[in-house]
Order: sequence, then C-alpha cells, then structure tokens
Amino acid sequence: MRKRMHPATFLAAILFALACVSSVFAGAPAAAKKDASAVPVVQPSDAETMRIQGEQRFHANCGRCHAAPQKFPPRMMATVLRHMRVRATITAEDQRLILFYMTQ
Amino acid sequence: MLSSFASAQTGDGDKPVPILSGSIGTFSFVTAGQNLIDTQINPVLLVPLGDRWLIESRAEFEGQFQRPPGGGPYGGPVDKHVDYAQVDYIANPYLTVTAGRFLTPFGIFNERLYPVWIRSLQPDPLILPINTAPSDGFMFRGGFPVSSQANMNYAAYVSTTSIGIGSVDSERHAGGRIGFFLPGPRLEIGGSFQRTLQDDRKNAFGFHMGWQPAKAPLNLRAEAARSFVGSGYWIEGAYRLSQAHFWQKAMRRTEVVGRAQQFFVGAIGADAEADFDLPSVNTREADFGVNYFLRDGLKGTFSYGRLFSSEGDFNQWSFGLAYRFLIPLGRVAAPSESQ
Repeated sequence: MRKRMHPATFLAAILFALACVSSVFAGAPAAAKKDASAVPVVQPSDAETMRIQGEQRFHANCGRCHAAPQKFPPRMMATVLRHMRVRATITAEDQRLILFYMTQ
Repeated sequence: MLSSFASAQTGDGDKPVPILSGSIGTFSFVTAGQNLIDTQINPVLLVPLGDRWLIESRAEFEGQFQRPPGGGPYGGPVDKHVDYAQVDYIANPYLTVTAGRFLTPFGIFNERLYPVWIRSLQPDPLILPINTAPSDGFMFRGGFPVSSQANMNYAAYVSTTSIGIGSVDSERHAGGRIGFFLPGPRLEIGGSFQRTLQDDRKNAFGFHMGWQPAKAPLNLRAEAARSFVGSGYWIEGAYRLSQAHFWQKAMRRTEVVGRAQQFFVGAIGADAEADFDLPSVNTREADFGVNYFLRDGLKGTFSYGRLFSSEGDFNQWSFGLAYRFLIPLGRVAAPSESQ
C-alpha cells in the first residue's frame, strides 16, 4: 500500500522544485547579477528613454497602493526599491527603471 | 532591452544604505457615540546587505485610549508587537526567498495597504482579520513578466507557527497567493489560498483586484475572503480631485473615498469571532472619507461610516493625521560627492 505524502512535505518539495527551475531559467545578464538594485549610468539618449519608461512604470506599479513620494537620494531610493521589490513583488526590470526615474 | 541598459554600469555611490522608515498616526474614532483615541507608531527598519540581501522589520506600538463608562480621564492599553522580522534573499529575477516572521500574503490589504499613511480609510475592513495573522516560517515569492502585456506575481509559504489573535492557539499553515498585473490597463487580479496543516485541515480562499485607469485619478480595489471563521468582501474607490476646474491647488491634494463591505459569520460562535476581532453577527458597512495631502507623507483624514447588523445600526466617525518618515542610517552621498 502506498504511503501518502504529508501535505507540508509535498508543498516543501514543490517550493524546492520551483526554486531550482527558476534558477535554471533565470538567465539574468551577468551585469544584472552584480547588483539587483544599483542605479545605472547610461548614455543621455538611453537615459531619456529610461526616464520615460521609469515614470510609466512608477505610476503603474507604485500608484497601485500609494501617492507619489518625493525623490530621495539614490542610496536611500535603492533601499526603498529593494524593499518594494520584495513587498510589492514588482519585477526586476521595473525595479531598475523606477529606481533610475526616481534618482534623476 | 532597457533592462540591459539599466544594469549596464553601477557605482559605489549608489549602494543602498540602511533606512529607518515607518509611519506615525493619531486618530479619533467615534463609534456609536463612544470616542476612542488611537495613536500609533510603526517603525520599519530596512538593512540591505550586499547586492541581494535585505533584512526588514516592522514593529507596532499602538495606544488605544477611552474614557471609562462612569467618566474620568482617558486611559487604555498600549499594544506592542513585531509585525514582521524577515530576511530576504533575491535569488534571481524570478525568486526571492524569505525566512522569519512575515506578513501572511493573503489578499492585498495586509501586505500592501495596511500602513496608516497608505490606506485610504482608517477603519479596518471587516474581513481584515481573516487569515492575516503574522506567519513564522519561510516563503518563496517573486514577480516577473509572462508576456509583453502581463506580469505575474506569486508567494508560497509554509509557516511552522502562526501567532494567534487573543486566545487562539498557534497553528501550522501552508498557502500562497498568485496575481496577474496588466500594466497597460493597470489592472491586477489574483487569488489567495491557505490550508491549516493540523486538526480539521481547514481551507481558506481569497480574491483580490485593483484597477487604476490611466485617464482618471481613480483607484479601485476589492477583496473577498472565505474561511471557517467567516467570509465577506469589501470594495473601495478612491478618487483624487486633480481634474477639478476650481480651487485646483486644494483639489489636487484632496481625495474622496467610498467603501462598501459585508461580513458573514462562520460556524465558530460569537465569542470565537470576537477572539478573531471579527463581528459576532452578520454585518454590512458603508464608509465615505476625505483625505487631504498636506505635504509628502503627511495627510489629514476624515471618514464617516454606518454599520448595519442585527445588534443595531450605528455610526462610526474618524478623523486624524498620518505621517510617513524616512531616515537614512548611513551616508547618503558617495565619498566623492560629499567632499
């Protein structure tokens, strides 16, 4: 007779498998792996595009919960965005672009 | 493509610095003629470590003061507890691993909208106590694009012990939440699930949605929950008067809010419902409020609500101030900038 797996064990196994699969498919660029929340330095033409994208993503993501805050120094915003990456489960790309917008 | 630009180069001056943040609020709640002064401080400590780690914690110090029935000075308990104290490891763009005490990801109000400077109406939704006690355990979570038009976010956890409310014992839980966010229409929908891993192995379900149309300063949110302790829903709309053509300076700082909600008792009895901070009978409530944003992080709030139940109908007024603070715990300027 087959022994039934305990639900907690089953869920833990699924979570572990999810972690393994996501690591395999992560495929993040090497530069992205250096720092998940640092402010980028880019060329002016790219910067304008990023600023616009960052503003759009700021309003789409942050505005879901709260009013727009003032801009803080980059080192503070980097911490806030890392916190929001976890708390609000925003994507890594959204985090980087919003951080860029909020530190310009 | 932008993400590759965004991650192109970094500098030491942009390294995250520890932060002490949080909110302070003081409110007066007048319920059925009885005044309650609620003053609270909710400090949030954020300590980033390296490139991928974050230690974060939030505590709550809340005093609730009332006059005794026979008259006299205000007095009452001061509650102190830790809402969360967790370590986060951002493993990759798809996965963040969290361990410690964390806010249970059931619905969205508990995790995202609870702080007094964020919430649009200060009275809690009736269903907030359902499955939202802090969890001790570990959690996997993340958010990532699943197509060019949709992002998915998820959280899955096992909590070895959960902190009960009042006389309710701790329990073991497993659960999760999944949501899909469409950045174009700014629409998010999702669901939550929790299973108790002992005794009757009870299940609980939740549903949430949020919509912020791009063409109007409207924020529409809703949640529903169903569990053995009860079930219910709330739906809330907040409208910023920034499009008004008169008194524009004041109007763009003003937000009007409306919320409708309903709670249905479960099969645990009136006393147990009270232990969970839930109404002991079926209840309906309608609220209307106004928020005025005095400056960044500081707002004045006012609300009026009416509750309907078999125990009687009564009014609930609230007004007060909420403030969010943000203090760096280190140098915010790079060494070269500060010279």
